[in-house]
Amino acid sequence: MEIKILFTILISTIFINNYVLSRILGLCPYLGVSKKLDSAIGMGLAVIFVMTMASFFTFIIYKFVLIPFHIEYLRTIAFIIVIASLVQLVEMVIEKISPALYQALGIFLPLITTNCAVLGVAVLNIESGFITQEFGLLNSVVQGFGAGVGFTLALLLMAGIRERLEIAMVPENLKGLPITFITAGLMAMAFLGFSGMKIF
Amino acid sequence: MDYFKEFIKGVWQKNPILVLGIGMCPTLAVTTSASNAIWMTIATTFVLLGSNILVSAIRSIVPTHVRIPIFITIIASFVIIVELTLKAFQPDVYKALGIFIPLIVVNCIILGRAEEFASKNSTIRSILDALGMGLGFGLTLFTLAVIREILGANKLFGYTLINGMKPAIIMILAPGAFFTLGLLLWAMNVIKARKSWFKRTE
Repeated sequence: MEIKILFTILISTIFINNYVLSRILGLCPYLGVSKKLDSAIGMGLAVIFVMTMASFFTFIIYKFVLIPFHIEYLRTIAFIIVIASLVQLVEMVIEKISPALYQALGIFLPLITTNCAVLGVAVLNIESGFITQEFGLLNSVVQGFGAGVGFTLALLLMAGIRERLEIAMVPENLKGLPITFITAGLMAMAFLGFSGMKIF
Repeated sequence: MDYFKEFIKGVWQKNPILVLGIGMCPTLAVTTSASNAIWMTIATTFVLLGSNILVSAIRSIVPTHVRIPIFITIIASFVIIVELTLKAFQPDVYKALGIFIPLIVVNCIILGRAEEFASKNSTIRSILDALGMGLGFGLTLFTLAVIREILGANKLFGYTLINGMKPAIIMILAPGAFFTLGLLLWAMNVIKARKSWFKRTE
């Protein structure tokens, strides 16, 4: 039974409620880092990692610190500090353990703090009522992982398209951001097709 | 005159969304109706104003190494004020804007202005800068919202415009947001190109 729920959460965060194309979260890195495919892969992996970790830690902090002390209203400030320090920690650990990976991810890691999809997934984990559920922690970690995968999927698709757009004949005034937004709109339209999908 | 320039630059010359290209997420996500756009503007401008005033006031005593965490904490405190106030006095607005109220914290405009402007300029200038940026942000949001609400819901401020007409629902959904902003940026580029063309021919 639990597996079924987890699978539903995973599919719905990746495709049906894709964080970028359906919920419109995390647009800054989505537009900023989608110019080249290799940097998009690096950014995507870093986001998956940070989102999964952030879901885990913010859930624990909300449940075992904020609720017992009745300071739920400090949620925003607590979460942003958790995410910022988590990003810093991840950066330091990766630098120590694998300098090669650090070289690849390095410049993207600090950017993730201001990625609103990360804070978004932390807040949504609380708002979707996982806190009272038995397997809430597992659910929210899976939702964080799925959100990261969905973000990476959208980012990779966009990077692939943009590499082609570079050599395409785009009208002068549409070059750069405008054509990127229209492409994103078309992609979002394609992802709307998933919204009718029913799992189980 | 100098002060006025500080204020007005946020509206067109350095418009946060159309020129600097920051703060996109709330721009696209909450512009499903004109009233949402106005409330989002009020909330964001309040946070921007508060953080700009405080950051510029303490700019000489903040150590440079830890300035970013300090700025984020200041911004987050103002966001909590907005969150609690809206929850208490405007519960409908709070529901409509949803998670985009707490997400004002990660709106790049606010941290960007704190880092780029308020930490280097006097309080009066920072206030004007915040108000100008807020106005530029608000006007862009309002334009987007009006276009999307008319086309996508056949309404304006919740009032039906043409009886019996079926709206294009796609404009209210995510794709419509991307299309509208894409076309708005395109229109902006066209106007800029025209201006420079006229300058060259003169």
